[in-house]
Amino acid sequence: MNYLGKILAIAYKDLLHEYRSRETITTMMIFSFLVVVIFNFTFDPGSSYALEAAPGIIWVAFTFSGMLGLNRSFIYEIDKGCFHGLLLSPVDRGAIYLGKMIGNIIFMTIVELLTLPLFIVLFNLQFSNYLLQLLVIIVLATIGFAAVGTLFSAIAVNTKAREIMLPILLFPVVVPVILSAVNATGSLLRSDDWSQVFAWIRILLAFDVIFVAICYATFEYVVEE
Amino acid sequence: MERWTKWLGLLLLVGMILNLYFIFIYAPIEKTMGIVQKIFYFHVPSAFAAFLAFFVVALFSVAFLMKRNYFYDRISYASAEIGVMFTTIVLVTGPIWAKPAWNTWWSWDPRLTTTLILWFIYIGYLVLRDFTGEDERGARFAAVFAIVGFVDVPIVYFSIRWWRTIHPQPVLMGGEGSGLAPKMLFALMFSLAVFLILYFYLLLTRLRLEKARMDVNEMKKAIALQEQ
Repeated sequence: MNYLGKILAIAYKDLLHEYRSRETITTMMIFSFLVVVIFNFTFDPGSSYALEAAPGIIWVAFTFSGMLGLNRSFIYEIDKGCFHGLLLSPVDRGAIYLGKMIGNIIFMTIVELLTLPLFIVLFNLQFSNYLLQLLVIIVLATIGFAAVGTLFSAIAVNTKAREIMLPILLFPVVVPVILSAVNATGSLLRSDDWSQVFAWIRILLAFDVIFVAICYATFEYVVEE
Repeated sequence: MERWTKWLGLLLLVGMILNLYFIFIYAPIEKTMGIVQKIFYFHVPSAFAAFLAFFVVALFSVAFLMKRNYFYDRISYASAEIGVMFTTIVLVTGPIWAKPAWNTWWSWDPRLTTTLILWFIYIGYLVLRDFTGEDERGARFAAVFAIVGFVDVPIVYFSIRWWRTIHPQPVLMGGEGSGLAPKMLFALMFSLAVFLILYFYLLLTRLRLEKARMDVNEMKKAIALQEQ
């Protein structure tokens, strides 16, 4: 099996586990929906403020539900002792990281794509002309979030505080991702010039490349058992 | 190390007293901002010391992962604590100055926001160390987190600057450092030097404390073994 095959095998394992248990994605979805509904209480229905706040709310829902998914990512491995099996398998640590990361990206993207229609309906958004651009932003932001999140999740799961640890570590570091994603989405909603949206996409791209590389290189130091 | 700390402490004491003289008596009072401007001589050196501290954290984290020398890890830990302290000073003195000068405590300007995020990252580092205990795993986790956090800081700064360029804010002040009176410049440079000495003094003291704590732990273990 070549390197890519190994990575995909690990991602496939996570997807299969999720397909059979349906734990993570269901809870992430419900949580994401709840965030949307609760934020609707903060302003009058149909006010122009709703449109201003929509990008922020979308990304709060995405990042918080993503956090739930990332937390689960290593907890079930550790709880059932699977992680040792994974470490003993004849793949290098980098492949385990990339496999877990791809799994997390897929979970998060599924939840985001399923929540998006709800946003469009509840906030009366006009995305139809920009659906492709929005998709690019969502995927790039999710990659950046999951790249750092997968590494930190492996750290957090081995600490005393577990679920509390991950947001404390992750949120300050992914500030550029959240900032870029919120502003790019806002730019799309206001139908700003494409160059403005692209500037944010550039930051997302740079973040993704830098942090996938760094997290890939440092993951082996985290799981050295 | 003990003798070094003693001499450095003496140097620091003299430096601090001289520093107060240069700041409050030697350097002239700023024309428009008045006495408030004096906080600048504490604010800027603290920021420098904080950046130096976080640079040391990242440097020794990389060195630790490569060489597995626990002395490097203790330097990282000590430096992170001191860095958080200096950043806290920066974040407290900043608004005290900003209120009379800008007429607002806080603005989401790139430098302010980045400093705040920096503070959060290293608070996270300290919390992580608290929650992992003393084993080598804690040292490894902290080192990895420190490296990721350090690389993140310029990207945070860049993205926030970009955000503020798109949404222009009222210009709060002109280019700083431009046209600083010679006496003020001297006071600032002197204060910088004193704060750097303060950093090294705190680092040495913190390392000695850590070593003493480990020695005590060893002794406790030895006693427990004897009693069995």
